[in-house]
Amino acid sequence: MSSVTVDHVSPGQGQGHDHGHDDHHHAIPSGWRRWLFATNHKDIGTMYLIFSFIMLLEGGTLALLLRTELFEPGLQFFQPELFNQFTTMHGIIMVFGAIMPSFVGFANWMIPMQIGASDMAFARMNNFSFWLLPVAATMLTISFFVPGGATAAGWTLYAPLSAQMGPGMDLAIFAIHLMGASSIMGAINVIVTVLNMRAPGMTLMKMPMFCWTWLITAFLLIAVMPVLAAAITMVLTDRHFGTGFFNAAAGGDPVLYQHVFWFFGHPEVYIMILPAFGIVSAIVPAFSRKKLFGYASMVYATSAIAVLSFIVWAHHMFTTGMPVTGQLYFMYATMLISIPTGVKVFNWVATMWRGSMTFETPMLFSVGFIFVFTMGGFTGLILSVAPIDIQVHDTYYVVAHFHYVLVAGSLFALFAGAYYWVPKWTGRMYNEKLAKWHFWMTLISFNITFFPMHFLGLAGMPRRYADYAAQFTTFHQMATIGAFWFGLSQLLFLYTILRCYRGKGEVAAAKPWEGAEGLEWTVPSPAPFHTFETPPEVK
Amino acid sequence: MKKWWRGILGACVLLFSCAVGAQVRDMPGGPKVDQLNLHEGVTQIAQEIAWLHWMLLIICGVIFLGVFGVMFYSIWAHRKSRGHQASTFHEHLGVEIAWTVIPFIIVIAMALPATKTVVAMKDTSSADLTVKATGYQWKWGYEYIDGPAAGYKFLATLSTPRAQIDGREPKGEFYLMETDYHLVVPVDKKVRVVVTAGDVIHSWMVPDFGVKQDAIPGFLRDAWFRAQKPGIYRGQCAELCGKDHAFMPIVVEVLPQDEYDAWAQEQKKKMAANADDPSKEWTKEELVARGEKVYAANCVACHQANGKGVPGSFPALDGDPTVMGPKDAQLETVLKGRPGTAMAAFAGQLNDVEVAAVITYTRHAWSNAGKGEDPVVQPKDSVAKR
Repeated sequence: MSSVTVDHVSPGQGQGHDHGHDDHHHAIPSGWRRWLFATNHKDIGTMYLIFSFIMLLEGGTLALLLRTELFEPGLQFFQPELFNQFTTMHGIIMVFGAIMPSFVGFANWMIPMQIGASDMAFARMNNFSFWLLPVAATMLTISFFVPGGATAAGWTLYAPLSAQMGPGMDLAIFAIHLMGASSIMGAINVIVTVLNMRAPGMTLMKMPMFCWTWLITAFLLIAVMPVLAAAITMVLTDRHFGTGFFNAAAGGDPVLYQHVFWFFGHPEVYIMILPAFGIVSAIVPAFSRKKLFGYASMVYATSAIAVLSFIVWAHHMFTTGMPVTGQLYFMYATMLISIPTGVKVFNWVATMWRGSMTFETPMLFSVGFIFVFTMGGFTGLILSVAPIDIQVHDTYYVVAHFHYVLVAGSLFALFAGAYYWVPKWTGRMYNEKLAKWHFWMTLISFNITFFPMHFLGLAGMPRRYADYAAQFTTFHQMATIGAFWFGLSQLLFLYTILRCYRGKGEVAAAKPWEGAEGLEWTVPSPAPFHTFETPPEVK
Repeated sequence: MKKWWRGILGACVLLFSCAVGAQVRDMPGGPKVDQLNLHEGVTQIAQEIAWLHWMLLIICGVIFLGVFGVMFYSIWAHRKSRGHQASTFHEHLGVEIAWTVIPFIIVIAMALPATKTVVAMKDTSSADLTVKATGYQWKWGYEYIDGPAAGYKFLATLSTPRAQIDGREPKGEFYLMETDYHLVVPVDKKVRVVVTAGDVIHSWMVPDFGVKQDAIPGFLRDAWFRAQKPGIYRGQCAELCGKDHAFMPIVVEVLPQDEYDAWAQEQKKKMAANADDPSKEWTKEELVARGEKVYAANCVACHQANGKGVPGSFPALDGDPTVMGPKDAQLETVLKGRPGTAMAAFAGQLNDVEVAAVITYTRHAWSNAGKGEDPVVQPKDSVAKR
């Protein structure tokens, strides 16, 4: 961001609101009412973060069950029916329950504080969009216990396989509808807040990158969540109301589902990574003690990625057998995405170049993000080449690729952001030693888990298999060991963060990071219940 | 701390060596032990793909080293603990244009050779032999459309015994990648595979050929290969298709032309000899014996060998009212399937003798024991119902 200096700040000292028309901020509500009826962006942000971490643990447990079965060839623990349910629910829970809501949590906490707004624009809608999520998560979880179990059609819910599932599928469809509605409301809130509630002087091109990336993400969400809703509604009517959208015998086409799904699904990928770019773009300059390199080009690159994300969806479908011109077009368009993504990586490296760097945990996770996410970017480029994609499509190579961008990308950035802002949230510094352990354990075990999957995929090991040829055993065992290591390492994160919440650890200053910039560091730590009741002046 | 580290490392190494020590060898036509890269390939397309992959890997590797060389140098040199003072630059138009334009040129250089391969892969014209592959839950059906074996069709199911999967027997050399019948094709001929499916989407993949084509129910798609060497090549279903997704492999046997011709003649003869005559009246014993085989190949995955099904997912046939009731309803179910459930229409997969046999079998098996109505169903009943 370019030169944000604050002229005058009144961080909720009480002078501002004696003539206010609204009186809800006179007392902080207490007990369960504070949370159920929450309208404060910080409380709602906290709830989002807690919810998404619980979902991360649930999805992670499912992943560990998968890895347990895959430790050896043969079926030892779970029959394939159940294994497929685990695969499917792992994907749905991680995407819609863990990664997406956690970014909304960050948006709730940080966007108003970064732009100098008093709260999110629509406080009650904010409450509603959060409380839809536990309902949806409950439906997903109980779907394991209905006849036939949870949906086992893969997180993509491809028709016509999804037409064969039991009532667990209907529960999943309704749950995804709810989560979609929640995301759309969250997105509207972000857009209105960012566009209307910036403090005087906070022009768009002075906004922190995190606000920019979230603004663009919010537009993506509004554009594509209804498309997903359409796709799964068509599955629902095919299942129960005699329509035949995806049934060739009734004049439908199973591939239509994939087109509609991936028209949502590809922008979804960027929905899960653009806010991560924003977090990293805040942290790298802070710990390099140097301004973000190429702020404007970062904004343009983010926009370019968002626009391109709408015109590349069928690269997920190269093996469905599309015409040669279609394959060529989607191959070229997909390769183009690597250019703005590359610009971002170059900008981060240039930001670090000739800075004055220190490596506290947020910086470690950010550097880890850049390093490992870029590997996922390269495998993405390799996958964009249609002939290679046809060879490795639906193999573990793809599994490796998207875990490199979603775990080493989104999740690492989330950890970086959590360590960076947890002093602001709780008023306590986290334990640096424990956090560094968390980083190194996570980084090493992540690579042990997912790097061997590239080899498996290249050798032709298909994904979503409960059992495999014995030649694949070594790499599967590495992956399983790594996965348990990775999973257990996350308990370290939980412990470290909970310590802060329980008021243990060093008291944090208003601005605990020497090189950090932005309005959020001008309010005390922990941030008071209400901040910026009178907007600060940004020069 | 150091010792603890070594303990973990040692345990890992021990575990791996145990697993590898279990005398697993490279599978001919399938994966090698701990294979690191793509299959070498026995078609020009597969070899081109392997080449493209190497090219991209090298380009990406060079960029990777360049970018992260700079980053790690910076991390080493420009740190506060070394007393480095931060510069203030934060923009440079020239550099920013360069790192947009140069990657663009690199991407074009990658796209050009890939384009050539895409065009070659999609050209399924003027094939020497056409075979149709149909994915079913959970087996592949093959039919020779032309060539000396035209009209020959068969189902290929996994031949790995269940005992190996459940760990009651040691795993065989071709564990999970073997079928009872192979798709047989001649060497050095352009073989076009027309791919479709009977229920849900499957995907026909043989890595050594560089072929992976989704099988879409109700639609025909095609792919082609020209194998350069005789041999047996193995692949697996590559699109999630339900519970036995991992258990429907693809095995293709490439023969020299003369052996292929001889094989085709043999199949023709067998076809003539085995033709089932649906107008013949079969005895109960014949039908039950035949039906047991049909059941084992087509029904057992869902309804289970004991006829109890899988509660909540697949219904039991043992004691089922349709199986115990008049024959018409069961004929209807077997021939046309039950829309909206996993029960597929078998009219296209089973002939009338097989339909009659499997229905008669279910009416006599388990506790059903022929106690229901219409215990024996004749092939002519199936003909009438079609």
